[in-house]
Amino acid sequence: MNKEELKIAITEILPEITFDETGEFLNVFVPATSLLPFMNSIRSNNNFEMDYLFCLTCIDWKDHFMMVYHLHSKKHRHEFVVKAKLENRENPEIESLSGIWKTADFHEREVFDLFGINFLHHPDLRRIFMDDNWKGFPLRKDYMDENMIEI
Amino acid sequence: MGQDVLTEDGLFMVNIGPQHPSTHGVLHLKVWLDGETIVKIQPHLGYIHRSIEKMSENLSYRNFIFATSRMDYLSAHINNEACALTVEKGLGIQATPRAKVIRIIMAELTRLASHQLWWGCTGLDLGAVTPFFYAFRDREAINGIMEETCGARLTMNYMVPGGVMYDLHPNFQKHTKDVMASIKKNLADYDNLLTGNVIFEMRTKGVGVLSKEDAISFGCTGPTARASGVSCDIRKLFPYSGYENVQFDEILATGGDCYDRYMCRMAEMRQSVNIIEQLIDTIPEGDFQEKTKAVIKLPKGEFYQRVETARGELGVYIVSDGAASPYRVKYRSPGFSNLSALSQMAQGVKIGDLVAIMATIDLVIPDIDR
Repeated sequence: MNKEELKIAITEILPEITFDETGEFLNVFVPATSLLPFMNSIRSNNNFEMDYLFCLTCIDWKDHFMMVYHLHSKKHRHEFVVKAKLENRENPEIESLSGIWKTADFHEREVFDLFGINFLHHPDLRRIFMDDNWKGFPLRKDYMDENMIEI
Repeated sequence: MGQDVLTEDGLFMVNIGPQHPSTHGVLHLKVWLDGETIVKIQPHLGYIHRSIEKMSENLSYRNFIFATSRMDYLSAHINNEACALTVEKGLGIQATPRAKVIRIIMAELTRLASHQLWWGCTGLDLGAVTPFFYAFRDREAINGIMEETCGARLTMNYMVPGGVMYDLHPNFQKHTKDVMASIKKNLADYDNLLTGNVIFEMRTKGVGVLSKEDAISFGCTGPTARASGVSCDIRKLFPYSGYENVQFDEILATGGDCYDRYMCRMAEMRQSVNIIEQLIDTIPEGDFQEKTKAVIKLPKGEFYQRVETARGELGVYIVSDGAASPYRVKYRSPGFSNLSALSQMAQGVKIGDLVAIMATIDLVIPDIDR
């Protein structure tokens, strides 16, 4: 499917979705609360079959977090980016996708480790790179520790 | 870690690494065994985590590229190229025709050298010492070419936005042709030494099978996934730097076991030689670098570029807020995803075969830890 067909088909699944087409990929903004059912349906729906999650990450926009999922379909060769905004900076949380794509397991642990996003129902949510008793989340924009110098 | 080595359900927990010769770096695996059979593996990462992504947020668009040479140090050229391509995408420019051809040749030389090191180490891991010396003899020849042109043998730092840093050494074409001729001859030796060896075949055939569905779900790429029948060669699917003008085959196998992963890489070496031979006589004349501003600023937005490194798909994701350094950089490294499938591949095999599986995934730990 091309971008226009994708937009129509995605709106059929979840009407409250908004789009952004300025970049290379089609960006799909999904409310964080409906992320899991939406992802479930684009994974299993025969028209989408997004079987390959090739990049999972997070961006700290200072007043909110943005989860970014790059998805590709090996069968249909179409791809788009799903984004979910997390408003709550104190206790950001979102459903884990490790039940849909196995690669999400490690990537979500990485995001948890470096951004402190709490993935609900993740099978094994522990820090992956940093030490288990490390304080703070290094990739957050407001992260400071005693070894850092303010420029 | 305050954990009992004998679990309640009668499993035995063994620590492999972080200083184990077959992990090729500091990787720590916790392995739960039932007798000699592996039940579960838990990789512990981060021993050489340098947070290159965080560092890049304070580096300019010219400088952040060179930090990536330290990620997958065996594919330094290709990592640099991925970053350079992302910056070029943001600026809306392309490398000069000469630089594009130089990039492909350098990338394929890197792939060849990386696969040679992997081949030598695989032999070593499985108890054959001789391949290591054969592989390093040939890799040394390629490193000689790199040294001549880039001035470095490991962290090349040769790709810059708009092209390459300096022009080729006058001796480059002749030197490369000589090396390719000898490598073509030596590849037959590689097969005689290891591929047909009965012990080697018994240790790899049917060991560590990864199904096609699992390979996609785990996000495996590169020869690890292609051995399971997943078509994922970025050079074919999303051509960059002019790969669309080069004749080569994507190597696919269907078994998904250690032997198929081995055969995929062996065939890829021949394809790399083939690509280099097609291009080495037809390097276009002209500038080796497109003119760019001294301080590069990308427009606001997001840029994603993927390339095929020796290990699989490397993705560079840059989020720009219009400043002179990236707002956020994410490297989707191939080794990280490939490693996540290790537990699945190793389930039910004997602990002795774990080394064979690890060798054929071709782990490079700095690429995983970043």
